[in-house]
Amino acid sequence: MSLGALLVSVWFAVSVGTVKIPFELLWNTSTFPMEAAVLFEIRLPRVLLAGLVGASLAIAGAAFQGLLKNPLADPYTLGVSSGASVGAVAVLFFGISIPFFGMFTLPIVSATAAFLTMLAVLMFSRMIDRSLKMETLILAGIVMTSFLGSVMSLMIALTGEELRSIIGWLLGSVSMRGWPYVWLLLPFFLGGLLVILMNTRELNAMMLGEEKAKHLGVNVNSRKLWLLFSGSVLAGASVAVSGTIGFVGLVVPHMVRRLWGADHRHLVPLSAINGASLLVLCDLVARTIISPTELPIGVITAFIGAPLFGFILWQQRKGGRAHASR
Amino acid sequence: MLHVEGITVGYGGKPVVRDVSFDVAKGEIIGLLGPNGSGKTTVMKTISGILSPENGLVMIDGKDLRTLKPKELARKMAVLPQLHPVTFSQTVKEVVSLGRYPHHGWMSSWSAEDEQAVLEAMDMTGVTDFGELTLDELSGGEQQRVYLAQAFAQKPDLLLLDEPTNHLDLKYQKQLLDLLRKRVVESGLTVVSIFHDVNLAALYCDRLIVLKNGEIIENAQPHAVLREGSMERVYEASVSTQPHPQMPKPQLSLLPEEKSGGAGTVELSDFKFTEAGLMLHVDKPLRSVSSAVLNAGVGWYSRFLNRQVPADYATEDSIGENTEFLESMHMSPTDTVVMMTAVDVSDAVIRHCEFEGGSLIVAVTAGIGNATDVSQTHLMQRSQKIGTVNTWVVINGHLTEEAFLQAMMTATEAKAKAFQAENVIDPFTGTIATGTPTDSILIAATQEASRFNYAGPVTVIGSRIGKTVFEATTEAIRRYRKKASR
Repeated sequence: MSLGALLVSVWFAVSVGTVKIPFELLWNTSTFPMEAAVLFEIRLPRVLLAGLVGASLAIAGAAFQGLLKNPLADPYTLGVSSGASVGAVAVLFFGISIPFFGMFTLPIVSATAAFLTMLAVLMFSRMIDRSLKMETLILAGIVMTSFLGSVMSLMIALTGEELRSIIGWLLGSVSMRGWPYVWLLLPFFLGGLLVILMNTRELNAMMLGEEKAKHLGVNVNSRKLWLLFSGSVLAGASVAVSGTIGFVGLVVPHMVRRLWGADHRHLVPLSAINGASLLVLCDLVARTIISPTELPIGVITAFIGAPLFGFILWQQRKGGRAHASR
Repeated sequence: MLHVEGITVGYGGKPVVRDVSFDVAKGEIIGLLGPNGSGKTTVMKTISGILSPENGLVMIDGKDLRTLKPKELARKMAVLPQLHPVTFSQTVKEVVSLGRYPHHGWMSSWSAEDEQAVLEAMDMTGVTDFGELTLDELSGGEQQRVYLAQAFAQKPDLLLLDEPTNHLDLKYQKQLLDLLRKRVVESGLTVVSIFHDVNLAALYCDRLIVLKNGEIIENAQPHAVLREGSMERVYEASVSTQPHPQMPKPQLSLLPEEKSGGAGTVELSDFKFTEAGLMLHVDKPLRSVSSAVLNAGVGWYSRFLNRQVPADYATEDSIGENTEFLESMHMSPTDTVVMMTAVDVSDAVIRHCEFEGGSLIVAVTAGIGNATDVSQTHLMQRSQKIGTVNTWVVINGHLTEEAFLQAMMTATEAKAKAFQAENVIDPFTGTIATGTPTDSILIAATQEASRFNYAGPVTVIGSRIGKTVFEATTEAIRRYRKKASR
C-alpha cells in the first residue's frame, strides 16, 4: 500500500509541471524528445532527491524517537539539522575540500557536524536532568538551534553578497540539484538505512527504557552510539544536499505508528517509504501551488509539521497526567 | 548461584552501599529489606549490572559479571524493574517477545521454541487475553504482569525484582508471589526481590537480607529477622511481631503512637442484665481470649454477651444462628463475644476486686446438672444435658501473652476448687466433679495502666483471680441449687 502510494506520488511529481509528461513516454521516449529531456534531466533527479531526503529524514526521526523515547525528537527539533547547516555553510564559506573525498567533503562535514551537535545536545540535556525528559531535550535542541543560527547569520553577514544564495538554500529546496546530488546522498542514505534496519529489535527494546534494554541483553552503549551516528549521518547528508527541511522526521513516523503500530521492524521501512512519498508530494505542491514562483519545500513541511508537533505535545502532556493519576 | 563479595557502590564518590557481601543458592527466594535510602535499589542495580561497584565483585554461576556479554547475562538473569510510563506503545505480545532477544544471534529468525516460550510465559502470568492490546491500554498491575511474562520468556536462572507488588491489588500480589514460588519449586528459578512490605517478604522468602545505611545488618530466615527490637531499630518505628495465623511465618504490626480514646476502665455498672442475657459493653475494645461460641480465640471486642437460651435450644450451626441473633438485636457480630447458657442468667454472680495496680471483675453463671469429673470422663459416654459454667474475668490492666494463659489456668483451677468445696458430685462416677462438659471461659483485659507479666496463683493478680472466681462460682452454684430445689 505504501509502495503503491510512493509510485503514484512519484508519477504525479514527474509528470505535472509547465511541461506535461505523457504516460506513453515511459515506453516510447523517441516520440517526445523534449519531454524526455525534461523528465530525465530535471524532473526525475529532483523527485528522486526529494524521495531520498524524505526517506532519510523520516528514518532518522524514527530512530531518534525510539532511542530517546521522545515522540517530538527529529533532526530538526533536536538541532541536528542546524548543526549540519553550519557544517555545510562552513565548507562553502571557507571553501574547504578534504583530499580524496572531493565533492563528498560537503556531506561528510555536514554529517560530522550533525553528529557532534547531537552529542552536544544530549550532553547538555543530561546535565539538566538525568532522566532526559521530553521537554528538556527539545528545549536543549532549541537552544542549540538558536545558537547555531546566529553562527550562520554571522558567517553570512561576513561574506556579503556571495553567500546570499545560501539563505535560499537554508530554507530547504530540492530544485536545480540534478543527478550529482542524488549520487552524493545515495551512499549515506543506504549506509544509514542499513545500520538502522539492523537495529530495529534493539530499538524495540530501548523503547522500554535503556535499563530494561540492557537487562534484555542489548549492548546499549554501542547500539546507541551507532543509532545516533547513523541518524545524524542521514540527517546531515540530507541537509548537505537540500538544506534544512523540518518536521519530516516528526510527521512520518508518527503517522506510521498510528497506522501500523510501534514495532520498529515495520516502522523503519514504512517510514522510509512514506517519508519519500511525503517529500515528493510536498515538493510537487511547493513548485506548483503558486507557479511559476516556487515555494521553499521547508515551508510546506513546516505547515504540516508544526501543528502536529503541537498536537503531540498536547497529547503527551494529557496522557502523562492520565497515567500519573491511575 | 549468586555471589556478592564486598561491594562498595556510590554515586560521585560518596558510597551509598558499603562492603556488602552475601550469597544466594539456586532455588532460594531472597527478600531485600530496609528503610528508604538504605541502598536496596543500589545493591539491586549493581547485581543487575547497571551500576559497577568501586570495590568488590558480583559473580553469577561462578562467573564475574563483568566478563559476561550482555546477551549471555540476559540469558542467566532477568530483571523486573519498577514501572515507569512508556512513550510508544507496543503490543503486549511484542513486549513479551522481546524477552527472546538474548536467545537470538545476529540474523537468526523466530523459531517455534521462541513462540512457545512466549505463549507459555503469557499463559503463566495471565496476559494471553491482552496479547493484541498495547501497553498504555493496560492498568499498572496488568503492565507489571506483562513485564513478568517478558522476564519468564527470557528463561533466566535468576530473577531480580524491585518491589514487584507495587501497583498490584491484594489478589494480584498473592498471584504474582504464588507464581514466583511455583517457578522456584518447579524449575529451580532463583529470586532476589526488593520488598517494601515486610510481612509479604516474611511470608514468601526463604531468607531476608536487611540493609540500613548501606550495610547489611541482618541476613537470616524470616523468624530470626522479624524480631521486635531489631525491626524497631531498622525502621525506627514501634512494631510488634506475632505469628501468622495459618503459616509458620512471623508477621509485623505497626504500633500507632496515639492509643485511640481515653483510658478505659471497666466498672461494675458496665454489666447489664438485658432480655438477651448478661451484657458487658465497653467503649474501648478489650483484648480477650475465650472459648466462646462466637468470636472465640484471641481478639479485640467491646461487647460480651452471656446469652440466655431456652433449655431446648438446638441448632446445627451455632455460629450462624448467633450471628443472625446479634443482627436481629442490632449488635455487631464482629465486635461481640457470645457465650450461651440455659440457666437463669439473672442468677449470675458478679464480683469486683481491687488490688495493687489494678482491679478485676468476675461474672459467673453456673448450671451443674451436668457435672463431670474430668479425670473420669474417658470411662463412659454420656449425653450432654443442660448445665454449664460460664466464667468471665475482666481485668483493668495490661496482661502479657503468658499472663493471659496463666489467668485462664488460675481461673479454671479456682472453678474446680469451688466444685470441690460445694461437693458437686459427678452422678455417673460418684466422685467430686471438676466442671461440666460445656464450660466456657473468657479472660479480657483493657491492656492499659499497670503491666502484669504473670498471672500464676502466687502473683498479686493471680491470687485475686483465684479468690474472686472461687467465691463467685461457689455463690453461683448455691443459687443454682436453691432454684433447682424449689
